[in-house]
Amino acid sequence: MEHGHGENGGHVVSYRTFVGVWLALLMLTALTVAVSGVDLKRLSVLTALAVACIKTSLVLGIFMHLKYEDRIFKVMFLVVVVTLAIFIGLTFTDTTLAR
Amino acid sequence: MNHTATTGGGAQAALREVEHHFDYTGRKLGMWLFLFTELLLFGGLFVAYAIYRHVNFADFHTAAKDLDLVLGTVNTVILLTSSLTMALSITAMQKGNRRLAVWLVALTVLCGLAFLVIKYFEWTAKISHGIYPASPELMKLPQGEVRFFGLYYAMTGLHGLHVIIGMVLLTVMAVVIARKPFRVHSFRVEDAEEPLAGARPAIVDAGGWPLWKGGVIDENVEHLSVVVRLKPGPETIHPSDYVSLENAGLYWHLVDIIWIFLFPLFYLIT
Repeated sequence: MEHGHGENGGHVVSYRTFVGVWLALLMLTALTVAVSGVDLKRLSVLTALAVACIKTSLVLGIFMHLKYEDRIFKVMFLVVVVTLAIFIGLTFTDTTLAR
Repeated sequence: MNHTATTGGGAQAALREVEHHFDYTGRKLGMWLFLFTELLLFGGLFVAYAIYRHVNFADFHTAAKDLDLVLGTVNTVILLTSSLTMALSITAMQKGNRRLAVWLVALTVLCGLAFLVIKYFEWTAKISHGIYPASPELMKLPQGEVRFFGLYYAMTGLHGLHVIIGMVLLTVMAVVIARKPFRVHSFRVEDAEEPLAGARPAIVDAGGWPLWKGGVIDENVEHLSVVVRLKPGPETIHPSDYVSLENAGLYWHLVDIIWIFLFPLFYLIT
């Protein structure tokens, strides 16, 4: 059974999809560890964070079923991400502009 | 909710009644709201990390070299695998395979335990080298490294606490699922024409052959009822049977996500 609907609204994701996501997560981990050996200066933390964001979206979307949830779940998640971004952004204006 | 007594109508009526009192989306939404507060809690710590790293760029790189990359990577693989078994257990439940689901949850808890054991060895190795918050050894290091290890202990410590809480939650859920009869139907045996005293209750198969026989009914028994415990199957499983497991699983995945960020920020910035 591919992404089907359960009897009463629970979304069933196939075992195969989950194993596929897990393999992708392992490969991304291997990638980020391998890249950390290469000196990319300031870029290295950005690539590490980019890989972490891809891994997170896989866990959120598939493992946590967020992809299959109602829109309200996604909107709420976006609100949290934007809040965090504002929080981090405003803090950084302080440290970088104050000197 | 599971003790739905029905007189006729059977499983279908019971199912409709359960649905009526049960808000699947609402229960998951509540869990997600809680997870968002957790994200903001860790978010604050990540902001502290970002600022200190910005100010002590070189020291953070030097300090990160002291962490064991192999152990960090192994722990990442363990947590990702535990997330897989957690996700698989939900699918198993949705397909009515309770036995498999319980085993997968148990495997998830074992992965959590393995993670903590490795974390324990990492911490004790650091502590035996005199690196722990406010230790005399640590205070000799540059301020940036002191901040790095302060954040390391605070963030992996809080994360480890979440792993422990997740393991407790999942253990409870495994026991609940393993023991819970998913639906209990109770049928009252309507007043018999003859007095019950002296009779013996029995469960018989279609041919009248007894499968089970009870003791002799005495005068004190006024009425009889039959209780049927239904095991879940692909056809009879209902979201109310697994939403709690799903919510515990969501918590577990959140713990995994936090680690997905902790790993590069502490182990990979050398």
